[in-house]
Amino acid sequence: MGDGSIVHMTRSEIEADVRAGVEAAVKRAKTPPLAEDEIEHLVDIYASPSRFTGVDIGAEVVLSYDGSGIGTFTSGLQDLQMYEQCFAADLVEQCHGDYSFKAVKTIVPYEAQRMRDAQLALTVPIQYGAMPNLGLYCRPDGPAPNWAELLPLGRFDEARAGQEEAVEFAVADMVNVGEALAEAGADGIDFDTAGASGDADFLATLRAAEVLRARYPEFGIEIGMAGEFVLGMHGELDYDGVRLAGLWPREQLRVATKAGAHMFGPAVNVNTGKTAAWNVARAVTLVKPCMEEATIPIHMNVGMGVGGVPMTSYNPVDAVSRASRACVDILRLDGL
Amino acid sequence: MFAMPVAHGCASGLGGMRAAGDLVARMQMARGMRLGEAKTYVAEQLGVTPFDLSDPVLMNERRGELGLGRVTTFELSHPDDPTAIEAKGNIADLLGLEIRSVSLLEERMHRRATKG
Repeated sequence: MGDGSIVHMTRSEIEADVRAGVEAAVKRAKTPPLAEDEIEHLVDIYASPSRFTGVDIGAEVVLSYDGSGIGTFTSGLQDLQMYEQCFAADLVEQCHGDYSFKAVKTIVPYEAQRMRDAQLALTVPIQYGAMPNLGLYCRPDGPAPNWAELLPLGRFDEARAGQEEAVEFAVADMVNVGEALAEAGADGIDFDTAGASGDADFLATLRAAEVLRARYPEFGIEIGMAGEFVLGMHGELDYDGVRLAGLWPREQLRVATKAGAHMFGPAVNVNTGKTAAWNVARAVTLVKPCMEEATIPIHMNVGMGVGGVPMTSYNPVDAVSRASRACVDILRLDGL
Repeated sequence: MFAMPVAHGCASGLGGMRAAGDLVARMQMARGMRLGEAKTYVAEQLGVTPFDLSDPVLMNERRGELGLGRVTTFELSHPDDPTAIEAKGNIADLLGLEIRSVSLLEERMHRRATKG
């Protein structure tokens, strides 16, 4: 299930759930359904009683591990080395426990030094990751008016002005941190959970990416989304003439590419009350339009609570490996 | 931590520096290459086929020959292999990329010598 609990189902029940997941995506995002052979393949993956599954030899993809250098039970550097040496990570990510650019800005010289030290000790590429987290810029945590309080009061203009003010602060922080880490030797930056606070959050990310791309032509810039749909907390913001509120993955990819991202991570949130088969079917149906027109690598978010992986910290490996294989097989992803 | 990195790595990962996953990742990050293009490019530089890039036995040999860094194991030691930052210098040459940490090292070394 989407919450990680085990459930016993017949093949026909699994097929019914896969079809229902596809239908849910089609209805919600007005996207084309999966082909019959793709639905059959998903059913085969989820109806198998095996404990583990994987892609075909030769069809492997790049794995970018966000949050890998957080220092779960060792130091941050040891975490990175463990991911490189023990988990065979293709690239790793240094980050701070707070994982927000606003918080990181206050300690950025220390983070830059950690990056410099890590670069001496690791061979695989190391990116730096954090969240735009626009909500931290409004009161009481920040200086901008709190739009979440103003909106229910019907004070829409003030709520929009607060978000626009917060965007300027967030862009400055993200550029500041990005530059400091690039100058310390980082191979890239990951704007993780972009759009979590809505369209203004996404706009700030795109603008920061644009500045960093102009300054560092070969710097890895990854924009990973918070969800499948950009919420219109502001509603009137655009990027290069494209209204950001209401964008689905393909349209998110277009603006991310235009802003200079070299990797894009669509995210489709898990419904914990539905089965893993239903969730992965819905997720791949929503992301498939991205694959058809992408000119940059698509690293779909297939972690806890997104991309068909259950929302639990202690994920069953059968659920993770099925989601991993299903997304790669059906979508021909560039990475996860 | 067990389920996510280990399960994904075994199910669909290119194998990092056990194989050639880190090299393909670099082409995606630096040049925005899609997977097929990045695999083809890296395979050409290594003198192998794209299919070989996830083969840990073959890639371990090529990495050793080219000085690209290898995973440390308790059965074997590689005292003559390049260190991590040295290996990245070789990777930069192989892939035709500027790796910033390598450039920074070179900029900051031999200061007395370069200043006369």
